[in-house]
Amino acid sequence: MAQQATVLRIIRWGAWALIALLTAAAIYVLTRSEPPKVAIGGPFTLTAMDGARVSLPDAEKGKPFAVFFGFTHCPDICPTAMYEMGQLLKAGGSATDDFRVYFVSVDPERDTPEQLRLYLSAFDSRLIGMTGTTDEIAGVARQHRAFYRKVPTPSGYTMDHTATIYLFDRKGSFWGTLDSNEAEAPRLAKLQRLLK
Amino acid sequence: MFNSLKIAGAAGTLMLAAALTPASAQMHNHPAPAGTLMLSPAWSRATPPGAKVAGGYITIENKGTAADRLVSATADVAGVVEIHEMAVIDGVMRMRALEKGLDIAPGGKVELKPGGYHIMFIDLKRQLKEGDSVKGELVFEKAGRKPVEYRVMPIGARGDMSGHKH
Ligand SMILES: [Cu+2]
Repeated sequence: MAQQATVLRIIRWGAWALIALLTAAAIYVLTRSEPPKVAIGGPFTLTAMDGARVSLPDAEKGKPFAVFFGFTHCPDICPTAMYEMGQLLKAGGSATDDFRVYFVSVDPERDTPEQLRLYLSAFDSRLIGMTGTTDEIAGVARQHRAFYRKVPTPSGYTMDHTATIYLFDRKGSFWGTLDSNEAEAPRLAKLQRLLK
Repeated sequence: MFNSLKIAGAAGTLMLAAALTPASAQMHNHPAPAGTLMLSPAWSRATPPGAKVAGGYITIENKGTAADRLVSATADVAGVVEIHEMAVIDGVMRMRALEKGLDIAPGGKVELKPGGYHIMFIDLKRQLKEGDSVKGELVFEKAGRKPVEYRVMPIGARGDMSGHKH
């Protein structure tokens, strides 16, 4: 019992630390005039949903992009986030034509490239599923200071995970975040500033 | 909303299961007369192809004077059905099975909705498409088995927009 409480406390501290770090990084990035030195994100290589190995930010060839951590056995938050991302990209018009959102699975045991391809086909063709070995995923999550954890349920397991959308600029540097409880207007404004 | 998760996170001393079971709920010993639970129209969301899980949503209102508890559920589309709670706390999505069920306090109302409590359909036998319906039962400690029919709304729906009434 005490152990579980400790784990929860550590998770909470970790989550707050992440929020603080991302906020500080976002403020820094938005107010700086030089390239950021806050290291959140790539470079990394994972297996995309078409089976190809994809390296970021190289594959984006100087275009902004986004990264989201999720899993397909997610009843609500992940499909909602992907649905809203699709809506946001549509609202952004032609400026978002080449903008890709990488959905990195935190459940690589179940999320094969084919599973991700099927799943994301319901949303928008600019959403790209990414998976890899458990070590690769752990490494990419660490680079993003993203938290995830396998949690047993009576019938199997689920995943706790950071539900923030990370935005990266043309240089592949961390630029800011989109949050699930932000309204569409501020999210669209952010996306448009990133794409300017 | 998400009380147990918040309490567990904030105090860091309570186990989820303990937090989910208010002792006061057990103080009342009167049996809930049949029919004192009001169930709103139930709904779910269309699932992406390949999805193995979905959420079922409904509002349960206890018009009686005794506490009741949602202890389990069934659904024709799912191999396994569990009662879950979920919350995004400090940017992290967490979901837990409520192994002791979900208390419905007398005079109280519990909303199962996206981002919070939900019926979790696991091992989906087919893709849920908008306009489908999912048949199942909610099983209450006192009120017994109640048939429910979930109307499948579009992906991303925030509620049952169809306005249909049971
Ligand atoms: Cu669930």
